[in-house]
This record gives sequence, structure tokens and C-alpha cells, in this order.
Amino acid sequence: MSDQSHDLYRADLAPGEESEGGIRLRVLGYVVGLGLALLLTATSFFVAGTDLVWQPSIPVAIVVLAIAQMGVHVVFFLHITTGPDNTNNVMALFFGILIVVLVIGGSLWIMSNLNHNMMPMNQIIQMQQMQE
Amino acid sequence: MIATTLTQGGEHDRPGTLLMEHAGPASKRIVTAYGFWIFILSDMVMFSAFFATFAVLSRQTAGGPSGAELFDLRNVAIETVCLLLSSFVCGLASIAADVRNRFWFQVAMAGTCVLGLAFLFIEVREFASLVERGAGPTRSAFLSAFFTLVGCHGLHVSLGILWLLTMMAQVFTKGFRADIQRRIVCFALFWHALDIIWVALFSIVYLLGSAT
Repeated sequence: MSDQSHDLYRADLAPGEESEGGIRLRVLGYVVGLGLALLLTATSFFVAGTDLVWQPSIPVAIVVLAIAQMGVHVVFFLHITTGPDNTNNVMALFFGILIVVLVIGGSLWIMSNLNHNMMPMNQIIQMQQMQE
Repeated sequence: MIATTLTQGGEHDRPGTLLMEHAGPASKRIVTAYGFWIFILSDMVMFSAFFATFAVLSRQTAGGPSGAELFDLRNVAIETVCLLLSSFVCGLASIAADVRNRFWFQVAMAGTCVLGLAFLFIEVREFASLVERGAGPTRSAFLSAFFTLVGCHGLHVSLGILWLLTMMAQVFTKGFRADIQRRIVCFALFWHALDIIWVALFSIVYLLGSAT
């Protein structure tokens, strides 16, 4: 567990670490990431306020753009790749994504079902008044 | 980690990776950063619970103002650019830390700090104006969920700035020691992760909230 072993054999990469490349190449990577992220952000804000596209498609477009931008951040800023030196990082990330999807998707699913099955509020009040 | 190196050791015959099968325990830098990566993912899971709460409650305005009436998208755009640029400059700081350049490390960290503070300033001002207009967290379920979610992210950014200043001071007094390098790696992970959460936040809370 010494810090020197890091340089002896590079079997794995720590999350956030880049595999190789000089300073200029690494800065270029961040610049490309920043450019893509700015582009996606600008598109997102533009789509949210425009009348040019079919209105019901806007929420879907915003969600897709957000997922794309998170992908850009993961690749260009966190340097998570599909390489063999990143297997553990990717596995942990996918497990995290699984839990996030289960929590959000499951909550929305269950709550919309409950909303759908619940009697409208005025009917409930009427029933209570009849019982009294 | 040993399992993956064993299975993949044979495919790579690059010189210098010959010893892969006998690599032994991973270096402390990898173990620390990996542990912190697990923490960040668990933080994301916590945020997902807040997102789920917000998504479920976003229509429950109790006769009060909805997102479309409250949000100022220009402010949100400025906040987004601030946080995105600070994430970028933080990346430059971690490059400077890797090549052990003190000057550029301090400059980049100071830039990250200023952009983060600008973000926080705009957010606090937005919260204050909401409360002033009678749209505080107690007004409706929607606003409770809004303040919890956005406030939790703001709290993370505040803690991140404290950590950032600590790292600047530690590099100033102790230099790029191995343990301090490890802390810088963890800090960079934390800061980039906050930006990822903000992407989800501005899309779902602000853009979707003002679109419908």
C-alpha cells in the first residue's frame, strides 16, 4: 500500500485519473468537455423557451440533453472510460445508476398509480359528511 | 481489483506491465480515490431520493405559486455557467497538482473558489427573494421539496468551498505531499460530481418546472 507502487505497475486507474498524455493534451481534453457541455446547456435553455418545436416533445428533449451532458461530464471531467484499467470504477458507477433509476422510476410509478386510484377529494369529503 | 487484473493480464504485453498478474494490492492513491468514488455514488443515491420527492410533489402547489411563476431562467443560466466554468478550472488545478506546479495550482483553485462563490451568491439571493415574495419552504409541498433539493446541493457547494480553501492552505504550507495529492484527487471528484448533480437540477427543477 505504498504510494510508489502507483508508478511501478499501472494495473488500475483511480477514478478521476487519466491514463496518459502531456499537459497540453490533458488541457485540450478539458476544453473539449467544456465546449460540449456549454453547447448542450445552451441547447437545453433554448429548447425550454422556444415555440419552434412541437411542445409535447420539449420535456423529453430536456431530459435527453441533460443525460447527454452528464455523459460529457463523466467522460471529459471524471475520465471514466471503458478501458480495462477502469473496470472497477465503471462497475461502481453502473451500480449507482441502477439504484438511482430504481429510486426515481419506482417512486414516480407508484405515486402516479396511487394518484390514479385515489378518489377525488370532494367525493371523499361528501362521503365523510354522509357518515356523520 | 485483483480479479480484473488477473483476467486481463494476458491480453496486454506492453513492456512495464509484465508484472500485472503479481501486481498485489493497489496503491494507496487508487484505494483512497476508489473509496471516495463509492461515497460520491452514495451521495448521488441520496440526491435521487430528493429528486424523486420533488418529482412527486412538483404539482402540489396548494393554491400557491408554481415554478413557472417563480423561476428566473436568466439567473439559472448564469449559475449554470459559473458552476460549469468552476468545474473546468478545477480540472486545470488537478493537472497543475499532478505536475507539481504550485503557482498555477493556487491560481486555478482561487478561480474555482471565486466561481463557486458567485454561484452560491446568486442562489442565496434567489432564495431570499422567494421567501420575501411569500414563497418560502412552508408555503406548499412543492416549495418544501424545491428548497430541500436545491438547498442540499447549495450546502454541498458550501462545504466544497471550505474543503477547497483547506486544500489551498495545505498545499501552501506542506507542498504536494503524497497524502495531500490524494486529498486533491478526492476534492476534484467531489467538485465535478456537484456539477453533474447541478445539470440534473437545472434541467428537471428549473427548465421542466417553467416549461409546464
